[in-house]
Amino acid sequence: MNGAQDLGGMQGFGPVAPEPDEPVFHTEWERRVFALTVAMGFTGQWNIDISRHARETLDPAQYLSSSYYQIWLAGLQKLLLRNELVSRDELASGKVTDPAVELKSILAAPEVARMLGRGGPSQREVSSEPAFAIGATVRAKNMNPPGHTRLPRYARGRVGIIDRNHGAHVLPDANAHGQGEQPQWLYSVRFAAEELWGAPDPDGDAVFIDMWESYLDPA
Amino acid sequence: MNGVHDMGGMHGFGPIDPEPDEPVFHTQWEARVYGLASAFGAVGDWTLDADRHATETIAPHIYLNASYYEKWFLSMHTLLLAGGYVSEEELASGKMATPARPVEGVLRPAGVEDYVHDASLSSRPAGSDPAYAVGQQVRARNTNPPGHTRLPRYARGRIGTVEGIHGCHIFPDSNAHGRGEQPQWLYSVRFTAQELWGAGQPRRTDIYIDLWEPYLGQVDTDD
Amino acid sequence: MAETDHHHDHGEGSELPDIALRVKSLESLLIEKGYVDPEALDLLIETYEHKVGPRNGAAVVARAWTDPGFKKHLMEDAGAAIASLGFVGRQGEHMVALENTPETHNMVVCTLCSCYPWPVLGLPPVWYKSAPYRSRAVGDPRGVLEEFGTQIPEGSAVRVWDSTAEIRYLVIPMRPEGTDGWSAEQLAELVTRNSMIGTGVALTPEQLEASQQA
Repeated sequence: MNGAQDLGGMQGFGPVAPEPDEPVFHTEWERRVFALTVAMGFTGQWNIDISRHARETLDPAQYLSSSYYQIWLAGLQKLLLRNELVSRDELASGKVTDPAVELKSILAAPEVARMLGRGGPSQREVSSEPAFAIGATVRAKNMNPPGHTRLPRYARGRVGIIDRNHGAHVLPDANAHGQGEQPQWLYSVRFAAEELWGAPDPDGDAVFIDMWESYLDPA
Repeated sequence: MNGVHDMGGMHGFGPIDPEPDEPVFHTQWEARVYGLASAFGAVGDWTLDADRHATETIAPHIYLNASYYEKWFLSMHTLLLAGGYVSEEELASGKMATPARPVEGVLRPAGVEDYVHDASLSSRPAGSDPAYAVGQQVRARNTNPPGHTRLPRYARGRIGTVEGIHGCHIFPDSNAHGRGEQPQWLYSVRFTAQELWGAGQPRRTDIYIDLWEPYLGQVDTDD
Repeated sequence: MAETDHHHDHGEGSELPDIALRVKSLESLLIEKGYVDPEALDLLIETYEHKVGPRNGAAVVARAWTDPGFKKHLMEDAGAAIASLGFVGRQGEHMVALENTPETHNMVVCTLCSCYPWPVLGLPPVWYKSAPYRSRAVGDPRGVLEEFGTQIPEGSAVRVWDSTAEIRYLVIPMRPEGTDGWSAEQLAELVTRNSMIGTGVALTPEQLEASQQA
């Protein structure tokens, strides 16, 4: 979707403001939102692509007015409600009034280190051959799906060169919408800054974007 | 600039929500903002293009949260300060602390009717022939200027057909930044929905965009 | 996919604290500085609240429906034809009329701000200035029409006009059936604001009657 999350190339947001000695978490509630989100992710009620889509479908005004963990919290609340793990009343009051849904995986303390160590690899085996070789010239499709995609607007229609092949990976466009993993070859594509932004760039700067095969056409 | 004002093709804003029997102004303050901005238009030294740019440089999260007349109010602040008409302290206090900047043509009640009916033409005499003809294919350039432009992001790099020529008009990209009017030929360019948004678009659906000559290039010269 | 959250304000809602007070304070400052005359402000507001509005555009449309000479003039030089009815001024300096036909439906938007033909339609409604309309009118015009409950003839082409320059567009809706012999004044009653933006069509005589009874 062409939402507020697709910020590449946007202007008007002001300077980047690094915080000296920034702590990992600024407040206690940030800590809790982080841990709650990871722990609930472990229950397997949704996947990472669904989580991302839950966040990017926040109203753009809210999205841009919220901090990172505020966005996480809003996304988590949305997923809890959608999966009927809690009710609106329960979210508002913080008190249990409905019976809990039985979940098969609950993250217990002894499992935390192993779960974090294992991560959530997205690489898969596929039987097809990659359609593009390293060095091939490709054009990113001009597509504007209303659902989840990881093809940023600023790259659409632009021509780049396949720089490397990352193997086959779960396709977010499908996985975010319960359409299965549909793994595809994933490439790192090199785009010249001049190609992306139009202004002459004698320095030859480049942006590398990870793109699934179905985002690309031969050029 | 690629700001949040450039909304064409964005998703996620939800349904359109027309208000039945909507009044022209919802509150007294909306009406006063409208009146103030219009009346100041008679004396202010800024152009309509500079005014639009002041609006689009409102911080993105505020832009999206603010109502229409709140945005007018905020852009007026920017322009009043930039023109030296008021100071920050005066804006904060609402009290005059420094002498007014001399202005001419303060709008009086007797002048309102003429002011409302005055035309402020943006067309200018042509200094050259148009580079493109009706029926010709053109490609909107892929440009991403940090300043004001009226070439929407969704059209950049896309191919369209010139359907009409509106004459020569003030060029917003220079006029908004005090670089003069630099009039340019203005074209009505038709883009198919498929060209703008990709495969799967309905047939017989076209978007017409008014585009100045510097926004356009020959089709064979990729961008 | 259509799970987006959204909130709505109808213009009276305010994200800036104390906006009414801040506006009052700004007005008194600019009056004290001698830049604006409060009575001129009153008149400006009164003009767009009560004098200049979509009834002007409706008169243009009704005249075009009843007077082929005017219609021809309107399509060739909308600015001059509209001015001949006395509707001139700001945000209407360069007018273009777009005629809806059984084959073609026109719809107008300004994706970059909220450009609108003031002399014929007055000040724009909140929905026209809102992010949902500005974002979707060009990306999904047929979906927008459906959302407005507006049916266009089957097989009709849709043309969206994005007002990026100072050209202002007025849609001339199709004249409804069952209106033979109606006067221009009667016909003007059928012409809604939305039908001149292109998100609607003109009322039928039955719809007009129902709305008058309501």
